Amino acid sequence: MSFYGVELSSRLLLGTARYPSPAILVEAIKASGAEVVTVSLRRESGADRAGQSFWSLIRALGLRVLPNTAGCHSVKEAVTTAHMARELFDTTWIKLEVIGDADTLQPDVFGLVEAARILAEDGFEVFPYTTEDLVVADRLVEAGCRVLMPWGAPIGSARGLNNVYGLRSLRAHFPDIPLVVDAGLGVPSHAAAAMELGYDAVLLNTAVAEAGDPVEMARAFALAVEAGRAAYLAQPLEPRDMAAPSTPVIGKAALGD
Amino acid sequence: MRIFLNDDAHDVEPGTLAAALEALGYGGRKIATALNGRFVAVPARPATQLTDGDRVEVVAPMQGG
Repeated sequence: MSFYGVELSSRLLLGTARYPSPAILVEAIKASGAEVVTVSLRRESGADRAGQSFWSLIRALGLRVLPNTAGCHSVKEAVTTAHMARELFDTTWIKLEVIGDADTLQPDVFGLVEAARILAEDGFEVFPYTTEDLVVADRLVEAGCRVLMPWGAPIGSARGLNNVYGLRSLRAHFPDIPLVVDAGLGVPSHAAAAMELGYDAVLLNTAVAEAGDPVEMARAFALAVEAGRAAYLAQPLEPRDMAAPSTPVIGKAALGD
Repeated sequence: MRIFLNDDAHDVEPGTLAAALEALGYGGRKIATALNGRFVAVPARPATQLTDGDRVEVVAPMQGG
């Protein structure tokens, strides 16, 4: 699997927020096997060095970082944040979020397409956090996105895949674009389900960070992603309405009256 | 002159963004900056003159999802 020409062996991307401690964050990242972690930007005062110590911790892991524009509600905010992130993290990758609704954190897909176009033209490699809408996805690809990240469900909701049909359609429509289910996953079976649909990867944060044992949950998600991918490659059965006996009928002993 | 850094008022000597950041304890830090909503890259900070009432944003790496 590759994103913008970067080959990756892990199909699990992990967020770095909301862990009980920096030590647990590090252990969870290691247990997940993730090669890409998401990071963000926030204000820092002259006296506060929290951002500096966080960066030291992440940099020591030697992973690729995917900065986000979380919390941005306008194209201008998102574009400016992306520029700050490119300089700060020394990467052209940007997880582009333009939020349209405060309750569901649903993407503002109109602003998202506009911001994606501006950033792609400026040399960014955009990972847009979007919905499963096919037409929006088409516009994002036209704007220059070579990865799409539809939501499974609202961020942090742990609902899993809200619209399997929509996600399946998106996969069928874009066979050559890396697709990542981003947000809304709660348990490893949700991740496995996404991978069984043929998705290239999943991105999650809260499901691991706020689990009772984040390190063990990270390991569980890694196993689920691997299992789901293997199942997809093994070509699962299509569901059917009626039973189909698994034991051969021919040769059955005639024991009736 | 008075500037607003991350919404907090600070009185600084008239000068550049780079000088103000140094004076306010950001020297050598891994930070990114914006002035009045516009991104200012590291190389541009020494040439960016501040004026009274300017709004400076200073951000650092942070945990994110």
